[in-house]
Amino acid sequence: MELHDHTLIQLRDAIARREVSSEEAIRASLARIDSLDTGENGLNAFLEVFHDRALDDARAIDRRIAAEGAEAVGPLAGVPVAIKDNMCLDHGRTTCASRILENYESPYTATAVQRLIDAGAVIVGKTNLDEFAMGSSTEHSAFGPTLNPWDRARAPGGSSGGSAAAVAARMVPGALGSDTGGSIRQPAGLCGVVGVKPTYGRVSRYGLVAFASSLDQIGPFARNCADAALLMNVITGHDPLDSTSVDFEAPDHLTELERPLEGLRLGVPRLARSDQNHPEVARIFESAIEAYSGLGAEIVDIELPLMKSGVAAYYIVAPAEASSNLARYDGVRYGRRAEIGPNDDLVALYARSRAEGFGSEVQRRIMLGTFALSSGYYEAYYNTALKTRRLIKNEFDAVFADASGPRVHAVLTPSSPEPAFKLGAKLDDPLAMYLEDIYTVTANLAGVAGVSIPGGFVDLPGAPKGLPVGLQLLCPTFAEASMLRIARMFEKTGDWNSRAPEL
Amino acid sequence: MSDTKKPQGAELSEDVVRRVAHLSRLALDDASIERHRGQLVSILGYIDRLRELDTENVDPMAHPLDVVNRLDADEPRACLSNEALMKMAPQAAAPFVRVPKVLGGGEGA
Repeated sequence: MELHDHTLIQLRDAIARREVSSEEAIRASLARIDSLDTGENGLNAFLEVFHDRALDDARAIDRRIAAEGAEAVGPLAGVPVAIKDNMCLDHGRTTCASRILENYESPYTATAVQRLIDAGAVIVGKTNLDEFAMGSSTEHSAFGPTLNPWDRARAPGGSSGGSAAAVAARMVPGALGSDTGGSIRQPAGLCGVVGVKPTYGRVSRYGLVAFASSLDQIGPFARNCADAALLMNVITGHDPLDSTSVDFEAPDHLTELERPLEGLRLGVPRLARSDQNHPEVARIFESAIEAYSGLGAEIVDIELPLMKSGVAAYYIVAPAEASSNLARYDGVRYGRRAEIGPNDDLVALYARSRAEGFGSEVQRRIMLGTFALSSGYYEAYYNTALKTRRLIKNEFDAVFADASGPRVHAVLTPSSPEPAFKLGAKLDDPLAMYLEDIYTVTANLAGVAGVSIPGGFVDLPGAPKGLPVGLQLLCPTFAEASMLRIARMFEKTGDWNSRAPEL
Repeated sequence: MSDTKKPQGAELSEDVVRRVAHLSRLALDDASIERHRGQLVSILGYIDRLRELDTENVDPMAHPLDVVNRLDADEPRACLSNEALMKMAPQAAAPFVRVPKVLGGGEGA
């Protein structure tokens, strides 16, 4: 087995046993990135790679492991990880894949990233995304799309497509992404990796460039549930620097991971079986239901009728918050500044800097959000969306709990309605792109936890090893540990996460 | 009553889109305004399905957590230095950032 084929825990353990040095592990990761990510057929998963810095960090970790032992260094001692380029890091650039932040250098590091570093991980680079995390294909990056490792003609999903592709292509064994409406789970599904959207408030958002503050959460990508659980252990926890970070200790996500949940009840919403799914997605979804049933789970048909209203509510709430959050990019304090004439005023400076700096999707969402919040339309759009959001949360509350305990422990759906789509297929049709999020957005609106795991593979022309299909589990708030146990039960029934794309 | 306006299709006029672009602080040319208008009409047409739901007497939910106004202890802490901030500013005259004339002549909000 080559070093890049190691899972996160395998690599961590090999480093801890001193069979492999961190420097060797980082060299292997960088070599893999160099051979697969750049050039004509390059996947373009990374926007920046820290060649020298990562090797320096690795050598420092190796010295500490020699002196103190790996355990003292931390649970990720010496392993390479990547972070989405909307997380601040106090070296390199933080671009959000936007022209407006093209040369922005953050003076500080995001808490979740700092937790990785404090656990001994080495940050090898920053990954591509849809500009400001707005999109479902990574095609809205100002620096070119990321290609899907399973078929380079297809999109990896988004917005965390760079992190998903980097893990799927085995450039790194783990990465962080952010999920505002499905931006971790959908690309995880389309790239055949595990992606966790933690409960809102579980992971600090300090240093995550804000898109929609009541929806954004940072979460991990990994090749299997155990690696994802380990990353969750590292990044979760209270942070006084984020006023929405909950002061509520998380359990160890690994301790009980292998123990199946007894008496598991899984809810299958009617929408998840609707004919909007690609037939192969529907087939894999049904076989997943059978697999859980075979493990003794009780399958409960549930309604969740408002799941189909999620996208409509989300595309008011998220753009409304974005229009406010992105007001800070004004060409004055940081970021791109337009050239203006001597008689132009401050408003002209703002408006031209923003028109030059923001790409089309970001402009569209700012316009949509500004419209929804503007006088005359606020009640009809923004307030109606917030009321719908309440109804969606009530629906989840009702399926997750009743007087006699939980009705279901988790809701099972496909992660998205179809396998990875061709690059360009949805680029000119914003609404079609938004509907990619149909199964994922309600989790963000309600604040509950979600995960996408590999559910199976579809044979389609152009993808010699098949295309992955993701399976989504949605769980009550703060139930990540049992959510990963439920995910692990299914993971053990197949070999999907041992498959690698042909690269 | 103005809060119940419903911009259906053509009702979302070019003027409304221009006003939204101004509020958004986006300098858009005529072609962009028309493109945005078409896309907004299509997206809002989809979003209009929310009107079919009964949201009477439902509390709007702006946030998933019930926490309100968590206050920090009133203790001084280090913050970013002026030097760090100046380094980020595209045009600076330390210790200030430089902006065009603000008073007079502007079109306001």
